[in-house]
Amino acid sequence: MTGRRSETGASPAPDAAGLGRLRATGFLVPSLVLILFFLVVPAAWTIYLGVTNYRLTGLAAANPEIVGLDNYTRALGDERFRTSLLLTLQFVLGSAVIGQAGLGFAIAYALRDRRGPLRRVVEGFVLLSWILPSSVVAFLWIALLDRDGGTLNTLLGIPGTAWLLDHPMLSIIVFNTWRGTAFSMMLYAAALENVPRSHLETARLAGASTWQQLRDVVFPRIRGHVLTNLLLISLWTFNDFAPFLITAGGPEQRSEILPVYVYKVALSGGELGFGAAISFVMLLINLVIALVYLRMLGRRKEKV
Amino acid sequence: MSAITMRALTKVYPNGVRALDALDLEITDGEFFALLGPSGCGKTTLLRTIAGLELASGGSVHIGDRAVTQLPPGKRDVAMVFQDYALFPHMTVRENIAYPLRIKKVDRRARGEKAAETADELGLSALLDRRPGQLSGGQQQRVALARAMACHPQVFLLDEPLSNLDARLRLEARTFLKRLQRELGVTTVFVTHDQAEALALADRIAVMEGGRIRQVGTPTEVFRRPANTFVAGFIGSTPMNLVDAEVRDGRLVVAGAPLPVPDDTPVTDGEKLVYGVRPEYLDYTAEAAPDALHGQVVVVENLGSFSLVSLDLTGDGDAATIQVVVPEGREPQPGDSGWVMPRPGRSLLYRDGELVSPAAAPAVPAARAAAAAEQ
Repeated sequence: MTGRRSETGASPAPDAAGLGRLRATGFLVPSLVLILFFLVVPAAWTIYLGVTNYRLTGLAAANPEIVGLDNYTRALGDERFRTSLLLTLQFVLGSAVIGQAGLGFAIAYALRDRRGPLRRVVEGFVLLSWILPSSVVAFLWIALLDRDGGTLNTLLGIPGTAWLLDHPMLSIIVFNTWRGTAFSMMLYAAALENVPRSHLETARLAGASTWQQLRDVVFPRIRGHVLTNLLLISLWTFNDFAPFLITAGGPEQRSEILPVYVYKVALSGGELGFGAAISFVMLLINLVIALVYLRMLGRRKEKV
Repeated sequence: MSAITMRALTKVYPNGVRALDALDLEITDGEFFALLGPSGCGKTTLLRTIAGLELASGGSVHIGDRAVTQLPPGKRDVAMVFQDYALFPHMTVRENIAYPLRIKKVDRRARGEKAAETADELGLSALLDRRPGQLSGGQQQRVALARAMACHPQVFLLDEPLSNLDARLRLEARTFLKRLQRELGVTTVFVTHDQAEALALADRIAVMEGGRIRQVGTPTEVFRRPANTFVAGFIGSTPMNLVDAEVRDGRLVVAGAPLPVPDDTPVTDGEKLVYGVRPEYLDYTAEAAPDALHGQVVVVENLGSFSLVSLDLTGDGDAATIQVVVPEGREPQPGDSGWVMPRPGRSLLYRDGELVSPAAAPAVPAARAAAAAEQ
């Protein structure tokens, strides 16, 4: 690089592409503008709304007043908010960490040495559940879990079981697991390709059980993949709105996870200011989740 | 007692490939045994079947007096060193060596001591707290060997033990391996595609082709009396000359030149045979000589202390090329006309690809044969 530059002497740019500061900025500006208008401004707007009593309709819609941190103190003191937060954590833990990551890994591990039709069929089905639109999938699940004519009850021979009413959280956790496993499965399948066969065989020759092989050979090797996967699916699941299409947060708010809660408060209830405050709290929680995972990833890099 | 006995061992892969074909082999206790052959000959499959990483489709494997054919690898009491050493990158050298002991639930202190002791034997003491990524190839190999040794298995299995080392280190590691195996006295089987490596290391060699064993013998036997033309062509750094020959009037006619039938081999008049002789066992001379093959020098390859000279034999119609080793300082020039004389007792005859020459041959010191293979 240096040799070439001294040869030509034409490029004054210190960067690898030889653009120069001005042209590089020119390339960046359009995307920065887009990010500013569609990400930064709405976020700032949310923060602003969070400290007002802005409403969808009525007097406060025309003249919102600054109410300070009232919305936040109200949210943190609100039983419904705390329940919703707890349900969201259950939802993330159950459907993302245990459901999608666990099941995804199990499928990827079971299929790791298989080639041919079985693998293609399983992967095909898992992928299909991922690429279908949420609204279609939600409708399919309502049809599956319906009390009277539902497919599941017919298969099990127990008509009259109201899954969505009796087990709303379980229903949406299984739903989201079913829906999102494909991503984890594909990511882990790719990661498992990186585990050298000879390492697994060394462990087998030492007499290691499957669990010991996973602990000593597989997981240390794919730790980075696991953390990246957990980070992504935790955030996606935390912000997932699709369960609303199945249970609408009910019955009696028993499946009211935070995105559903915000929607109900802000749009159905019209309290945009309060909703914005909760949205901001969600943003902070997302940030914390991301930081925890990134910290864990960083520690791994230091060790190696 | 840890001899390995294989009977009618067969391995057929699901895709129909027959990697091992009813193979019988006995490896005696304490032996350093080489499985040698071109790629795809089944040697690695055989090693992995002994290890239990592949399950036999038929036949049996015994280690000592235990039938292990159906046992999982962890229960066979064998240790294997892989071609890539398979060291766990997230564990230190100490943890790597102690790993099999950890799986066997040896307590932390005992296995730490055992690891340190084994590392000491292999000169790894200073490296115990390093990670594999910080070691050279040779050091990594010794760590892998230490891990195999630490749990005192009955059998060592080495998959291409020298192939991941650079040329200079390879010679060093070869000597080291041979000495280690002598000292430990543990039955050791290794796989290689390099005939020089097999000749140098092994007590006995099995030469394999297409899932079958073509010859089993000591390096000297395999080098001096290849049982068939496949082994003859495979063993030796310069392949054996194999030339069509015909028996006429009690003489062996090779490319038009009548030679005496070697070593009283029983032959019938008129039959067609293959005449085999190593380039090392031929003498080149510029003057006409009796019982010699005449030809024209076409290529001279300088190989250091000797040259490999190729001659086109000028026989009656049967074109053939023969190679001969010429010591340094006496090389002919391409285009020269020369005679090649087989040394007595060093020529072999093959009928339908199988050796027919009787075994009685004047003894040549084994060291010389090995040295010749070296080159």
